[in-house]
Amino acid sequence: MPTTRPLSPHLGIYRWRVNMLQSTLHRLTGLFLCVGALLVTWGLIAAASSGRAWDIFAEFCASWIGLVLLFLWTWSLLFHLCNGLQHLLRDAGRGFGPAHRDRAFAPSYWSAGWVVIAISVALAVLVFILLALRMNGGAA
Amino acid sequence: MSAYPGQDGLRTPLKVARGLGSSKTGVHHWWLQRVTAVALVPLSIWFLFLLGGIIHADYSVVMASIGQPVHAIFLIVFVVCLFWHGALGLQVVIEDYVHTRWLETTLQIALRFGALLGALACVMAVLAVWLTGTAYY
Repeated sequence: MPTTRPLSPHLGIYRWRVNMLQSTLHRLTGLFLCVGALLVTWGLIAAASSGRAWDIFAEFCASWIGLVLLFLWTWSLLFHLCNGLQHLLRDAGRGFGPAHRDRAFAPSYWSAGWVVIAISVALAVLVFILLALRMNGGAA
Repeated sequence: MSAYPGQDGLRTPLKVARGLGSSKTGVHHWWLQRVTAVALVPLSIWFLFLLGGIIHADYSVVMASIGQPVHAIFLIVFVVCLFWHGALGLQVVIEDYVHTRWLETTLQIALRFGALLGALACVMAVLAVWLTGTAYY
């Protein structure tokens, strides 16, 4: 959209912070999870259709490409969840405000993003370890 | 040429709008996004557990699990919040990146139809399993 007004300085002038990565990942995982909603739709319609339809869905999920996608979806969900919780906390004003933007006063404000990312990765790995244990250990 | 109605030279849209009062719906999208997000926090954690239980199970187990009234009801609430929250997010992505007017309008309409269709399909599928699968348990 053409504008006659002067533009404010663009991305290039800002020092890199982890919240930029969080913001990008939040949008990318959100987009990816929208595709995941279609997988949920497929699964539910397959279950409602027939045992054969469910088996086709289950076969896809158990294939290596299915497993890779499921892991990425699991991590995407957990990252979007953890980062979303941080959004909600800061929307509510917790740890947010001029004072917290001062690195000396609140160093955790800027590094919290690494914690969010680390927790989401750890939880995704944990979910898949539990799933693998259940598949190998449980007869059901 | 001015980019916005009422824009004149260096005067910003905000300067033009200031003093005219609130349009009353400014935070509607933002608020709905938060409300559906809050609902999805417990629902998505619960969904992961449900999925872990049925992803490699027999068809009869799947039917019995989805067909449990409590599971069925929470699944319906989950998919409605999921498609709603997803549509709100995709709406912003389209607003941000698609600058061709006819394409943006087309995508926004297609997004609403798609989200409604997806949510409706999921709800009907869960209802079908719930209401016909009682023989399994």
